[in-house]
Amino acid sequence: MPAPARRIPHPREKRMIFANIDREGYTPDIDCYLRHGGYAELKKAVTLKPADIVAEVKASGLRGRGGAGFPTGVKWGFIRPGETKPVYLICNADESEPGTFKDRYIIHQDPHQLIEGMIISCFALNVHLAYLYIRGEFPHGAKILENAIAEAKAKGFLGKNLLGTGFDLEIYVHRGAGAYICGEETGLIESLEGKRAYPRIKPPYFPAVLGLYMCPTIVNNVETLCHIKHIVKMGGADYAKLGKPNNTGTRIIGVSGDVQKPGYFEIEVGSITMGELINDFCGGLKPGRTLKAIIPGGSSAKVFRADERFKLKAKAADGSMVENEIGVLDIPLDFDTMAACGSMAGSGGVIVMDDTRDMVEVLNNLNHFYAHESCGQCTPCREGSLWMRKITDRILAGGGVESDPELLASVSNRIAGKTICAFGEACSWPTMSFVAKFKEEFAGKAKKQVPAFTPPEFTSEILTGAQH
Amino acid sequence: MSNEAPQNLVNVQIDGVWHQFPKGTRVIEACSQAGKYVPRYCYHPRLSAPGNCRMCMVQLGMPKMGPDRKPELGPDGKPVHNWIPRTNISCAQDVSEGLAVRTDSDIVKETREGILEFLLINHPLDCPICDQAGECRLQEFSFDYGQAKSRFIEQKVKKPKRVEIGPRVTLDAERCILCTRCIRFMREVAKDDVIGIVNRGSYNEIAVYPDRKLDSNYSLNTVDLCPVGALTSSDFRFKMRTWFLKETKSICTSCATGCNTIIGARENVVYRQTPRENNDVNQSWMCDHGRLDFHYLQSADRLLEPVVKGAPEADWKAALASAARALKALKPEEIALIASGRLTNEELFLAARLLKKLGNPIHDIISHTGKADDLLVAADRNPNTAGAKLLGLSATEPGSALPVIASGIRGGRIKALIVLGEDATDAGLIEADLNKLQTLIVTSLLPNRTTGFASHILPAAGFTEKRGSMINKTGRLQRLNRAVAAPGIARDDWEILVGLIEALTESVSGFTTIEEVFKAMSAEVPALAGLSLSKIGDLGVQLSL
Repeated sequence: MPAPARRIPHPREKRMIFANIDREGYTPDIDCYLRHGGYAELKKAVTLKPADIVAEVKASGLRGRGGAGFPTGVKWGFIRPGETKPVYLICNADESEPGTFKDRYIIHQDPHQLIEGMIISCFALNVHLAYLYIRGEFPHGAKILENAIAEAKAKGFLGKNLLGTGFDLEIYVHRGAGAYICGEETGLIESLEGKRAYPRIKPPYFPAVLGLYMCPTIVNNVETLCHIKHIVKMGGADYAKLGKPNNTGTRIIGVSGDVQKPGYFEIEVGSITMGELINDFCGGLKPGRTLKAIIPGGSSAKVFRADERFKLKAKAADGSMVENEIGVLDIPLDFDTMAACGSMAGSGGVIVMDDTRDMVEVLNNLNHFYAHESCGQCTPCREGSLWMRKITDRILAGGGVESDPELLASVSNRIAGKTICAFGEACSWPTMSFVAKFKEEFAGKAKKQVPAFTPPEFTSEILTGAQH
Repeated sequence: MSNEAPQNLVNVQIDGVWHQFPKGTRVIEACSQAGKYVPRYCYHPRLSAPGNCRMCMVQLGMPKMGPDRKPELGPDGKPVHNWIPRTNISCAQDVSEGLAVRTDSDIVKETREGILEFLLINHPLDCPICDQAGECRLQEFSFDYGQAKSRFIEQKVKKPKRVEIGPRVTLDAERCILCTRCIRFMREVAKDDVIGIVNRGSYNEIAVYPDRKLDSNYSLNTVDLCPVGALTSSDFRFKMRTWFLKETKSICTSCATGCNTIIGARENVVYRQTPRENNDVNQSWMCDHGRLDFHYLQSADRLLEPVVKGAPEADWKAALASAARALKALKPEEIALIASGRLTNEELFLAARLLKKLGNPIHDIISHTGKADDLLVAADRNPNTAGAKLLGLSATEPGSALPVIASGIRGGRIKALIVLGEDATDAGLIEADLNKLQTLIVTSLLPNRTTGFASHILPAAGFTEKRGSMINKTGRLQRLNRAVAAPGIARDDWEILVGLIEALTESVSGFTTIEEVFKAMSAEVPALAGLSLSKIGDLGVQLSL
């Protein structure tokens, strides 16, 4: 396999996690990592008190990079000091949200950064057994990680009495078998226990209390764990100066879709706008095209329409509240503004769509994914995700009826907020937002009348004109 | 008045009314106790709560905390609530101090309607040919909380139908709502983790592991647990509409556990037996063997009328008079009686009276045993060994007097044998022994090796056909009730015994109802003092034996 083309980082990038990605001559082995100062932070960390590392992570303001953006320090704080049960750390490397491609580069090109981040985290949380759950579709990545773990063990960074500290730690790589739901942390835990990846109900099964084998468990994303190393290096307070308040640090944005140069970029959170990302970082749209829509944070984030305007409240210099109106391209890439605009920064996967895209087709593509990946444990998501797919299938086959847009909206509303895990929102938000924001495209394709008498078994064919 | 709940109780507001519940009560149970039933599919109090059906969603309100971290109180002195603007499942959450629950707010109604719509879109809606109709939660909750019109105009998902997933259970995967009650029952209660889910999303279906069958002796409990028509009893399906069944509360007589049951019958035919909840006996379960152990009562071979050897036709009066005459001619040591641990206390009491009238001849019961399991099935397969011991029909060790009886018959010393509801060949007697007897009086339901040699065959009633009481292995006194009438002119055993006693003594015994028999028994037997059939109640009474 020829090596992929090396990309030169954009000058406005702040490469920290991706510092070694696409670097000429940088290899994933431990010698290369050590030559570049690897495991120095681990050596520093083991001289600190675990509680102090947790405090630094809290001070850093780091928010989870997997998609939910939950503050990592707060999550870690759920582990009670003096916990008597074993505590587990799981690295969630099940990167499978469509539009997201960041963790794979860390795993493939700089695995020791992740391993070091994990070891420091385990030391901070008094974890002696950690798992690295990697999606089944990354077989090569799993090999690289296993090799990296063996190297780290051979050098004494891992295993019994690591670095002579008396601290024992084992890390095991576990490969998933190819299901999106294994990225949901409690589904992942079930899968790791050897069961069907059915997410658990919360309460009572919060991983930090009743996680893997009913023991306290911390599940963190690959990118999040890499940040731990840099927090130890910089100190929480200095790390918090990166980015914006409550949106600290750097994060990796992956852009795909209708831009000239799709790719991945590491930026200080909130330091650039959506417009700068598309036009400056990605070379703009293809010639002659106009922007139609953007999905800002992985396929489950609600879509933005290109001409959308948002009224945001902000604190003026004098402390009074002012309202600013901004467009989609003015949105800074941070957690809070994205949420205030009604979507989410999610996993950092930005999907750009231009005017050649048919939004019903786009939604149908997403609906196929979610209907296929719903685990089927709880009713609304199991039945609703396939129903939405069937409706968009039928509309595309020419059988759309007048009530379809309204029905799609209603079905998606009946899923969101009523399911065991966030998959309910993930599968319903695309439909909810696409139908609300591109109503005319749906209405334009859904004009027929529902046939007067509609035995369910035959209606689809009647509407689409298919013979049976 | 203080708002503080007594220790271990918490104050919870349900639909505006304050109640107190013990800590650890599930919200769903608290609602039921407050008279606000919350619909559910996957939740079952005896199984783990996976929270997967989402039917039991309610709106929860948390007490609003003031700046002093104490609940803010409203004008009524009760906490004010912050209502969560979405619904939560009530099956996995325990009550907490000050919690408020709405079971009927608009978002709760909208949620339920949505869940039911989702459950129905791929459901075949084949109620007219479905056995569950009439006791189907999907039907019931659709009626209560659903919407009348379907918005689904797509193709439904096709799944396997009529799958024999075990020798006694048939699966229709299209009707299944994937609540996983059956899976959890087999895993958590029956300890035979044989059912699971295959495929993904809407294509999910339950299935048994490759090369395995749902063949546990508890498999039919999954049919009871199934809230819809997905799992049906291969024995019962298509036999009778459930709404036609007359339900009679009774107990199972297949072993000494005495599982509480409901006998479902119509027009004098029993169609099924299902477990009835009793926390002190069988929880909500019963074994397949016991459940199906009623078909023998519907045999075409049932004994319908009394038979006296040599007499062309016999009515009850003549048969009993003939039997009494034969017995009266003998001395007590020439008579033996084999009773049964399957008889009711009333029958055993009368059998003891009969023994007394005959001058106390030798007697015993036959012990029937098998392998016990860890759940319900007892090693003692007699349902009323305890009653037989209490009423003096059993030797101290059940069955220990049987060899003495056998040798007495073989030696010609014993000339008459009375067998009550047993096959004497189970007592160590061989056909030549039976052939030797001058008089062999047998009460029985069906012809057996003993009836072939009987001088008097007295047709009796089966357990679904009679009333009475039994004492299970833990000393619990429980009631049988009559669901159907005995066939032909077969009689209740207690009536046969009263008739025999009256014929022997040529007097009136004074027993015209079974209540009178119980009354006499409770007067004589200290363990039963103060009790009556009605006082036993549906759930039985624990005796101190």
